[in-house]
Amino acid sequence: MLKTELAGVKLQNPTVLASGIRGVTGASLVHMAKEGAGAVTTKSISLKERKGHPNPVILTFEAGIVNAVGLSNPGAEEALPEIEYAVKNAKVPVIASIFASTITEFGKVAEIVSKANPQLIEVNISCPNVEDEFGRPFACDPGISTVVIQKIKKVTKIPVFAKLTPNTARIGEIAKAAEKGGADGITAINTVGPGMLINIEAAKPILSNKVGGISGPAIKPIALKCVYEIHKSTSLPIIGTGGVTTGRDAVEMIMAGASAVGIASGVYYRGPGIFKSVTEEIQKFMEAEGYRSIKEMRGIAHEE
Amino acid sequence: MKNDEFIVARIEEAIQESKDSKTFILPNALNSRPGQFVMLWLPGAGEKPISISGEKNGKFSVTVCAVGPVSKAMYKLKKGDKLGFRGPFGTHYTIPKDSTSIAVVGGGYGSAPLAYLSEVAIAQGKKVYFIEGARNKARLLFAERMKKAGAEVLLSTDDGSEGIKGYSTDVLKNLLKTHKIDKVFTCGPEIMMKKVAEISQKFKIKCEISMERYMKCGIGLCGQCAVDELGICLCKEGPILPGEKALSLKEFGSYRRDSTGKKVEW
Repeated sequence: MLKTELAGVKLQNPTVLASGIRGVTGASLVHMAKEGAGAVTTKSISLKERKGHPNPVILTFEAGIVNAVGLSNPGAEEALPEIEYAVKNAKVPVIASIFASTITEFGKVAEIVSKANPQLIEVNISCPNVEDEFGRPFACDPGISTVVIQKIKKVTKIPVFAKLTPNTARIGEIAKAAEKGGADGITAINTVGPGMLINIEAAKPILSNKVGGISGPAIKPIALKCVYEIHKSTSLPIIGTGGVTTGRDAVEMIMAGASAVGIASGVYYRGPGIFKSVTEEIQKFMEAEGYRSIKEMRGIAHEE
Repeated sequence: MKNDEFIVARIEEAIQESKDSKTFILPNALNSRPGQFVMLWLPGAGEKPISISGEKNGKFSVTVCAVGPVSKAMYKLKKGDKLGFRGPFGTHYTIPKDSTSIAVVGGGYGSAPLAYLSEVAIAQGKKVYFIEGARNKARLLFAERMKKAGAEVLLSTDDGSEGIKGYSTDVLKNLLKTHKIDKVFTCGPEIMMKKVAEISQKFKIKCEISMERYMKCGIGLCGQCAVDELGICLCKEGPILPGEKALSLKEFGSYRRDSTGKKVEW
């Protein structure tokens, strides 16, 4: 009843550990899989190692979380054994998240992570924390999005998902462009903003980077709207991500058009047990309302 | 909704502990337990996870040693200066109800949470053996405070400038041979804690260690402090771990990961 599929990859339940959360090490991904995640995503990996921003990098506020970790990662070659460990031990699909600053580099990173045989590759063309370095030209330009995906599809046989930013008025168009490039699916959304938090006693922005991407319950309505738009413009499978903390949130995402549901900040609110809890809550809802499959609920909010 | 925002407060008192360390008392209640930590933020300088070194009467303290750029900037603070914190986070030491004697083993900067633990244990009527090792006399922390609190203080230094010349682990071994100790607690360099855990295991005495890793969020999200091969985050399921659990971790006393996630040998 809770089974779902992403470009031919089968998930036992629709919850997906989203990129950037508990995904630094292979053992950490396996731990989240054991906690009940239907699939797990690595932290985004680049060709070369990146230190990221100095602390403070992750902050909570009354309606969510703001982060500017700055895409820290050990580089693709160093990350490879971690992905391999997860693929070997997780017993659920592993999604390798990648990012780069040039189209050529995207190809190289995709080639390296493919050696670990993850079930999916997620292409992060949308991180707002290093916008001028990485995000904007790819995530907000339909033409370049197409070329990036084309490049990656040439070097790997693994299905490719494009992770999109909500920080554009044209997300449906970008999704279509990714599809044109050969994308097998869409992950949406990345964090919103960037935003800022100021501590008034310190009279300063708190993040060392001053600005950071917003996640958590505050962004759920934006995520739903984006997933709805994407589903309207393409038939690709969607991992709907953004502010999901309960089974009800997850069902909303599925009704907007998602085939699976990303969970990230929710781990803060409900702990790693969130995957199991959300799955149970979805099941209870489906039983109460008489739905027999995720597929049956998918995109149902589009019906007139 | 759940929220762990920074609270910025003025330092009520700054106490010089050793040549390069200070204890700051902040006028806030945390409802903390010994072993837990806070994320300490000096606006403009940065943020660091740091053990709570005491809490009573609605005030808590942290002890900052001038080591890296952020802690050096924090070390310079004086009474009245502003300091931010969020927390308390993580697991805590547990003093068994039926215990009569405990031993704590601190090395270098690791003594701060043990001083807090010892004061709590003494208040509960336990006999506390406070074992502390350091490179030299100038680096010993809390020895005087612990004597005053009523602990039996046993010191060791690498150069013999105070207490016995040698390691705190040797002091522990001798103590366990001659005294009935109900539980051992340790915090300090990982190699030392590993020895303490092994010695306790050999003597069949329960032990708790404090394991530290590079931390970013402190709230179980970023996964930077995940340890092999359990994959647990030490900001949530640590820093305090039972000795056996720590010994079961592949990386305990062997390697850690830096801010990028790259493995670094101890």
